Amino acid sequence: MKPNLVTVDYNTVSGISGPLLFVDNVLNIGYGETAVITLPDGEIRNGQVLDISEGTAIIQVFEGTNSTDTDLTKVRFTGRPSEIDVSIDMLGRVFTGMGRPRDNGPSIIPEARIPISGNPINPYSRDKPEDFIETGISAIDALNTLVRGQKLPIFAGAGLPANSLAAQIARQARVRGSDESFAVVFSAMGITYKDAAFFKNEFEKTGALERVVFFLNIADDPTVERIATPRSALATAEFLAFHHDLHVLVILTDMTNYCEALREISTAREEVPGRRGYPGYMYTDLATIYERAGRIKGKKGSITQVPILTMPDDDITHPIPDLTGYITEGQIVLSRDLHRRGISPPIDVLPCLSRLMNLGIGEGKTRIDHRNVADQLYSAYANGRDTRRLAAIVGEDALSELDKIYLAFSDSFEKRFIGQGNIGRSIEETLQIAWELLSTIPQGELKRIKPELIKKYYKPQSE
Amino acid sequence: MQTGKVSRISGPVIVAKEMKGAKMYDVVKVGESELSGEIIRLYNENAVIQVYEDTVGIKVGEPVSLTGMPLSVKLGPGLLSSIYDGIQRPLPGLAEISGDFIERGLTLSGLDERKLWDFLPAVKENSKVIGGSILGTVQEYHIEHKILVPPFVSGVIEEINEGKFTVDDPVCRISGGKALTLSHKWPVRKGRPFKEKLDMNLPLVTGQRIFDSLFPVAKGGTAMIPGGFGTGKTVSEQSLAKWSDTQIIVYIGCGERGNEMTDVLKEFPEIIDTRTGFPLIQRTVLIANTSNMPVAAREASIYTGVAMAEYYRDMGYDVALMADSTSRWGEALREVSGRLEEMPGEEGYPAYLAARIAAFYERAGRVSCLGPDARAGSITIIGAVSPPGGDFSEPITQNTLRVSGTFWALDSGLANRRHFPSVNWVRSYSLYLENLEMWFTENVSCDWRKFREQVMIILQKETELLEIVKLVGADSLPEQEKSILEVARMIREDFLQQSAFDPLDAYCSLEKQFLMIRTIIKFSDALSQAIARGVKLKQVMALPVKDKISRMKQETDLAIIEDLIAEIDKSIGSLEADRE
Repeated sequence: MKPNLVTVDYNTVSGISGPLLFVDNVLNIGYGETAVITLPDGEIRNGQVLDISEGTAIIQVFEGTNSTDTDLTKVRFTGRPSEIDVSIDMLGRVFTGMGRPRDNGPSIIPEARIPISGNPINPYSRDKPEDFIETGISAIDALNTLVRGQKLPIFAGAGLPANSLAAQIARQARVRGSDESFAVVFSAMGITYKDAAFFKNEFEKTGALERVVFFLNIADDPTVERIATPRSALATAEFLAFHHDLHVLVILTDMTNYCEALREISTAREEVPGRRGYPGYMYTDLATIYERAGRIKGKKGSITQVPILTMPDDDITHPIPDLTGYITEGQIVLSRDLHRRGISPPIDVLPCLSRLMNLGIGEGKTRIDHRNVADQLYSAYANGRDTRRLAAIVGEDALSELDKIYLAFSDSFEKRFIGQGNIGRSIEETLQIAWELLSTIPQGELKRIKPELIKKYYKPQSE
Repeated sequence: MQTGKVSRISGPVIVAKEMKGAKMYDVVKVGESELSGEIIRLYNENAVIQVYEDTVGIKVGEPVSLTGMPLSVKLGPGLLSSIYDGIQRPLPGLAEISGDFIERGLTLSGLDERKLWDFLPAVKENSKVIGGSILGTVQEYHIEHKILVPPFVSGVIEEINEGKFTVDDPVCRISGGKALTLSHKWPVRKGRPFKEKLDMNLPLVTGQRIFDSLFPVAKGGTAMIPGGFGTGKTVSEQSLAKWSDTQIIVYIGCGERGNEMTDVLKEFPEIIDTRTGFPLIQRTVLIANTSNMPVAAREASIYTGVAMAEYYRDMGYDVALMADSTSRWGEALREVSGRLEEMPGEEGYPAYLAARIAAFYERAGRVSCLGPDARAGSITIIGAVSPPGGDFSEPITQNTLRVSGTFWALDSGLANRRHFPSVNWVRSYSLYLENLEMWFTENVSCDWRKFREQVMIILQKETELLEIVKLVGADSLPEQEKSILEVARMIREDFLQQSAFDPLDAYCSLEKQFLMIRTIIKFSDALSQAIARGVKLKQVMALPVKDKISRMKQETDLAIIEDLIAEIDKSIGSLEADRE
């Protein structure tokens, strides 16, 4: 896209609706280019062209349309798509969703200026994600293993500790056999100041702050800027990963606010709504964010994403978690029930999944029994949960001996295995606990585990 | 070349004016960067165009030129083992030009134009040929690639040459001076013609126990796999692509994850197809239009795939086409329809959704191919469906249900307890049982149908009993019914569960499947007789033969499974009634 050499200030704003400006009589404007809007009082805002037909352009204003008018407001088109200045020096700094410093520090000296919505990675150029990331959290490491280059969201409900889980992951995550730590790109969309401060303090406490780039759009910042925030963050992450060979962990929180912003713009444009008023293209739009995780052949760096979203009313079938689950490579689901019982982190493993788990585990990566142990834990825990439901109806006395064993198993599984608290565990410790729990179940029941592995690890308590 | 001008841009949809002479579904080049697009609506002299690439930067007034051609694929040797985007641009080629990220406005031929193929003519000069006649062959890996006279072309051969040719070199001249090459173009939205459709009486053998034994699909049939996220659609599709007994596989990753395609790309060259002894990738065409690639190309991708499948079908091959996921295709239709401001139907999908789905699935079938000789080829379509929230009442699932012959319903409850493949045996069905019965009788056993029914009855009975158990607990059931629960559990855990990642268990031959079923049914009968004699369930469950049954999956020596029958008879038969 060539920049306009002759710049024209249009004062032909003909209408304003929600976050949108309608500008008439425009010439030579490109779809998706950015615009600079000058308010009557001289304030400057940024926008982007969403739609143009002959003569009229629709512009979404990132900072909102408050105080704009149809008379004096001026619009200038830049001829460039939304771009961000990037540099390795961004580590340790805080930026707005548009990539301007908001920590009172100096402007960065850019190494490059890149469009915030990058091109899609060629599937052929992708490299297989297969490096096991030890998060130190048993429910993730053993049962829903995270690997480098994966996108694994946390599905939370209002009031559930998704933030502390994400912070714990960011703090503890390491790849075995390497002491490289992750650079973290943190993108906050519409979260409260309190939540943003929580993350900042967490990183500060562990001395990780200088390896973090913050993009903050907090709850009272303009809604539309939330559309740009994750894109700025991911453009930066791509630059750090593929130009500076860093392993980048991107935390996006809260995707629910992002989707709300998307809906707001769609409604203002009077588009045909899809499910629950969200636009029909939300899947595609979310994909352009989530799919920017991965590894590239021949490049050292990688991008791993941990998006956080709040399921409205804890409903996993709501369009936001639903579409996310269809794009991401699994999900970590938090449970209100476990949280209430004081189990921390309250991960409900049954609906959790890591699609890339098999690539990162097994002999040479974790341990040979990992896959079998995970399958058996799942099956035993699901059994135990069913039994618990049954016991609630018929009473524990009516249960068979085997049922009682499963019931006891699922209780201690939740308490010991999942409820590890705020400490890290190595994968060996995690598997050790898993075998201690599995050894309470009769050997013949362990159908998911190969006999030679049972022989090696199965050690029932002497009776 | 005729040109119009861009007059409106909204996401992937643009409107062009002054488009005199434009035809519906013709391909156009948009703007100075010449992005490919397709006309999807015409009014007055305005054309609405869906653009296959990102439209950022396009300006009002930029030129739009007509190519006069509908969206087409280039068909010829070299398709196998290729990986394409939704409009047949080879992804390795794109990576060569634009690096690791796909840029816009790139044009590339779908077939390698430099590669030389050894052409062996099969017809002589002066012989008469019609559409579908075999001109000759080239060797594409282990597949004998038949070069056919394109449909609707006929004449007398004036000259035909043997030797090395590229896909664009003329190898043959027919009367009227028309030159034929190894390749030709075909519009993707138009089904390739054939003589007639044939009955479907051969099964698609997939090596997946629940599919083959309980809900088989016929070669030329259609199957759908709906399921919420995480229920294993993609793993199932990939297992089917790996193990199905067809000569050709077309695998379409339609709006899905990039890393999944990487998986296929890494894995398929390494896996050896046991039937041919060659790597799987050599019988596979991959189409990858991931979710972040342009939405209009996603819409086109399934047509691109099915046109390629039809091309190999016409050579007389059996082709299996996996589309993962057709919901993304439906959503692409919805997205474009929304941009056109069309009146929405159910859940915002356009009113023509049902018709489009039906037309796509109808391109499956077993056919007698065009041409003077008798050749039969087939396309089996297996479409994954991703219903929002796992709710099967949504439009894409419902419309697909009406046209698909086999329904493999995935169940998140089963997936949560890691029962894979998580196919729900109560909801799933196959409409091909009658057609396939003869084949199974001749090739597997005359008892196949009988045992299958018995398995279904036991599973159905289990579902009913579990309802009761939920209310009163398992202990209050009589022994006979408890034993049904045990047998059902055996069927579920020792037969239906199958690990796609276990080298011994990923593929299970029909012979082994049948032996496994027979053993379990035998066990069930013996158990029920023993209980009638007064033997307690506990006594039977303690027998070592039960553990042996649970290890059948890992058994490679079929004779050992066969011997289990005698052991069941002996050990259960000799139990004495518990007189406590």
